[in-house]
Amino acid sequence: MNQSLHIWLIPLLPFAGFLLNGILGSRMPRRFVSIIGLLAPFLSFVLVLNAYVLTSISAVSCPGCGAATAAALPYVETFPYPWIAIGGLRADFSFFLDPLSLVMLLVVTGVGFLIHIYSVGYMAHEEGYARYFSFLNLFLFFMTVLVLAGNVLLMFVGWEGVGLASYLLIGFYFQRNSAAAAGKKAFIVNRIGDFGFLIGIFLILVNFGTLNFNQIAVGLALRAGWHGGVLTAICLCLLLGAAGKSAQLPLYVWLPDAMEGPTPVSALIHAATMVTAGVYMIARTHFLFDRAPVALATVAIVGAATALFAATIGLAQNDIKRVLAYSTISQLGYMFLACGVAAYSAAIFHLVTHAFFKALLFLAAGSVIHAMGGEQDMRKMGGLRMKLPVTFWTMTIAVFTIAGFFPLAAFFSKDAILYAAFVSGTGGKVLWFVGLLTAMLTALYMFRLWYMTFFGETRTADAHPHESPWSMRAPLIILALLSICGGWIGIENFSAYLAPSVGLHPAVSSPHLELILTIVAVLVALEGWLIADKYYRRKPERPAQLAAAMPAGYKLLVNKYYVDEIYDAVLVRPLFAVSRYVLGWIVDTAILGGIAWLLAGVANFTGMILQRWQSGNLRSYAAWLTAAAAAVLLFILIAQGAIPMAEPLTHIMGMGH
Amino acid sequence: MSFLHNDVPLAWYLVLSAVLFSLGVVGFLIKRNIITMFMSIELMLNAVNLSFVAFAYQWHEVKGQIVVFFVMMVAAAEAAVGLAIIIAVFRVRATLAVDRINLMKL
Amino acid sequence: MRSIRHSPVRQATMHLILFFLFAGFCLAGAINLLLQTHPINSALSLIVVMTSLAVLYLLLGAEFLAIAQIIVYAGAVMVLFTFVVMLLNAGREERTLGSRAAIPIGFPAVVALLAILATIILRAQGLASAHLGAGLSNDPNGSNLVVLSQVLFHGLLLPFELTSVLVLVAILGAVAIARADAAKVDGAERTAEK
Repeated sequence: MNQSLHIWLIPLLPFAGFLLNGILGSRMPRRFVSIIGLLAPFLSFVLVLNAYVLTSISAVSCPGCGAATAAALPYVETFPYPWIAIGGLRADFSFFLDPLSLVMLLVVTGVGFLIHIYSVGYMAHEEGYARYFSFLNLFLFFMTVLVLAGNVLLMFVGWEGVGLASYLLIGFYFQRNSAAAAGKKAFIVNRIGDFGFLIGIFLILVNFGTLNFNQIAVGLALRAGWHGGVLTAICLCLLLGAAGKSAQLPLYVWLPDAMEGPTPVSALIHAATMVTAGVYMIARTHFLFDRAPVALATVAIVGAATALFAATIGLAQNDIKRVLAYSTISQLGYMFLACGVAAYSAAIFHLVTHAFFKALLFLAAGSVIHAMGGEQDMRKMGGLRMKLPVTFWTMTIAVFTIAGFFPLAAFFSKDAILYAAFVSGTGGKVLWFVGLLTAMLTALYMFRLWYMTFFGETRTADAHPHESPWSMRAPLIILALLSICGGWIGIENFSAYLAPSVGLHPAVSSPHLELILTIVAVLVALEGWLIADKYYRRKPERPAQLAAAMPAGYKLLVNKYYVDEIYDAVLVRPLFAVSRYVLGWIVDTAILGGIAWLLAGVANFTGMILQRWQSGNLRSYAAWLTAAAAAVLLFILIAQGAIPMAEPLTHIMGMGH
Repeated sequence: MSFLHNDVPLAWYLVLSAVLFSLGVVGFLIKRNIITMFMSIELMLNAVNLSFVAFAYQWHEVKGQIVVFFVMMVAAAEAAVGLAIIIAVFRVRATLAVDRINLMKL
Repeated sequence: MRSIRHSPVRQATMHLILFFLFAGFCLAGAINLLLQTHPINSALSLIVVMTSLAVLYLLLGAEFLAIAQIIVYAGAVMVLFTFVVMLLNAGREERTLGSRAAIPIGFPAVVALLAILATIILRAQGLASAHLGAGLSNDPNGSNLVVLSQVLFHGLLLPFELTSVLVLVAILGAVAIARADAAKVDGAERTAEK
């Protein structure tokens, strides 16, 4: 219980990497930059593993080691001086390690490290190598701060920070207008969510008087009969924040555009870690959500709707990364759905497995893109299965995983979610059905992607696809292995481990029902595969015919339901108009400019008048001198009361007899 | 000879002093010739001297007369230097009209 | 020293007569200074003023100051003024519109101002009816000159010496400023003649 785990180093090491690569990186050879860039995540991962080992062996009785040598969860490290201590508000730099944050950290640092290795190969021929690694380390710093935060405010710091890192990395190729615009879009949409998060923080502070997670939970436990009302408001605000960060309806629009960034960035930030911050935050504050059923239901509905919505869009996209982006949004919807039915362990379980297979999907896609010399349009790919064997096999594993086939990772996590949805309240069946439909669509579009990319005749004209270097292949293989065996821990063991943080997963009441639901899900996934097989392998001309047969429907899907255009017309343009005309012309030019002009004008005018005084004319000077002397004399006379008629003035001046 | 019991009230001396002083001020402001302006300044000084002497007599205090003594000395020195300056300016501007001596104009 | 005493009534009357006479001379000289156009006339008027003031000082028992006034002011300073006027050959002032306007406007204004001032002074506490106290000449310590010199050379010796230094500096300064190279003097005279 007294061993220090030094978890404060976990964020600090990437931060040091950020500083070193950021300041000195451009002057160092690439090898040094890579070493520094890889060292920080590696050491952080080692520390996390160390923490895991030390805290796990204390739970199990170990004959050789004394209980005093190990640490126990929950484990807190606090900086001795408070961050904010004003009146009733107190916030510390405190790092809180419990099963939830430990699991999250394992994912963040582990997958993060693999992606760093991949980046070495992927970015080898790119400009701004040092800048890339410093931003990546910066992201890791903020993400670990977010995960380890012991109070809401510090989590918000990490929250904002990952948004910043995301902006920097999306707009990495800043010379491209589309990349710069995408970075801005991500940051601004995130900001809308952050506004909700902030309101939530304020409400928490007002109602609980503290920002520390443990203290809030304690405070909540003390008032047993408190349900709904303010708690619902708080949870809805927090949901808004989570929806912004995790790309749920209606704030998902930034994620597809975020694919402008380098592919490893998409893998790390927009698949495995940052977008899962919303789910993590809901799991962290689950005790609030448990007392606000309305908010919880909203979470479930938002999650389910987003899952279905994104899956439909993903069917019609042709850019390989866009398909994966919508897939991410859809899978995040699953996680929100799980949270919404109070199956937090299932949500985190899916988060973990999703990190494995989604990162794998993105990295493999990156390998394909790298092989194709930058081409991302699937219509220009095909028949790559022979030319990129490692990529092909690892991606195949990932595709089967996401479809939810036994015994791969997502099978376990998805089934846990679907079962929990089915057995929850009155709307549970509907949610379950939506989830099932989404599962079929997921299998459909993933296999579509698989077929279009790797099978069929080569539609590539002059590209020479070549396999990636080992730095890129090794992470693929590792992630594939994880995708295979990641789910074998099983939801019961996983939720037992997480129980101290998020409460127990609802036990399986009827195993038969669970078995039936599982089989249904697998059948549905198979159905999706068969449809994809029919339309994209055996009869590749059919999709085009279908699209021609339903032009309106197809257009709707390809153009993403015109959501971006709707937002543009309803929100963006009016805001531009307001800021250009009201704020720009009226406030800035007319009012502020007018005030400045007025001040300058007054000064100028006064100067011109006073300038007449300095005429150089001796007599004028003499006259003024005399006048001033007379005035002083008069003043003295009045003050001393020598002038009887000026009695009132004497009193005013406060002098005189 | 002793001048006991001077029956002229003090106020009359002061009024005379005030009148002379005002005439000096008026002359200072009105006159165009710079030497005449200077003479008006001397008139002002004299008026003040009279006032001092009158008070010294009133209050039986010799310090008033000491002040007058010093004022006279300083006024003499000032007159010397001032007239030298006027001569120097005259050499440059060749005129004694104070309106034309506006070298200090911005 | 025994002094010849006149009767108080005649003394009082004499003081009044002398005062009015020489005060009148002062005023006349001052007004004339303003009215004259040629500076030499103004200078001569000022000499009249100063001499009258010297007599008034005598009336007020400041004998030393009276003599000093005549010697220093009337005798030295005004002579200096006169010399400068003649040296610079200053002519009459032109009568401009402003100066013509000054008479009907200025004089009544000045009279009004003076009336106010006089009223204030005469109404001030105790001044109007104050009879001047015993003159300094009645000082048992000695005559006016003795008293004056005692204070001056004992208590105020330093200021006295400094004043003499001041006068010395003024002389040097005046000489330095007014001195000219031969070329400049010729040039100034030529422009003055034009």
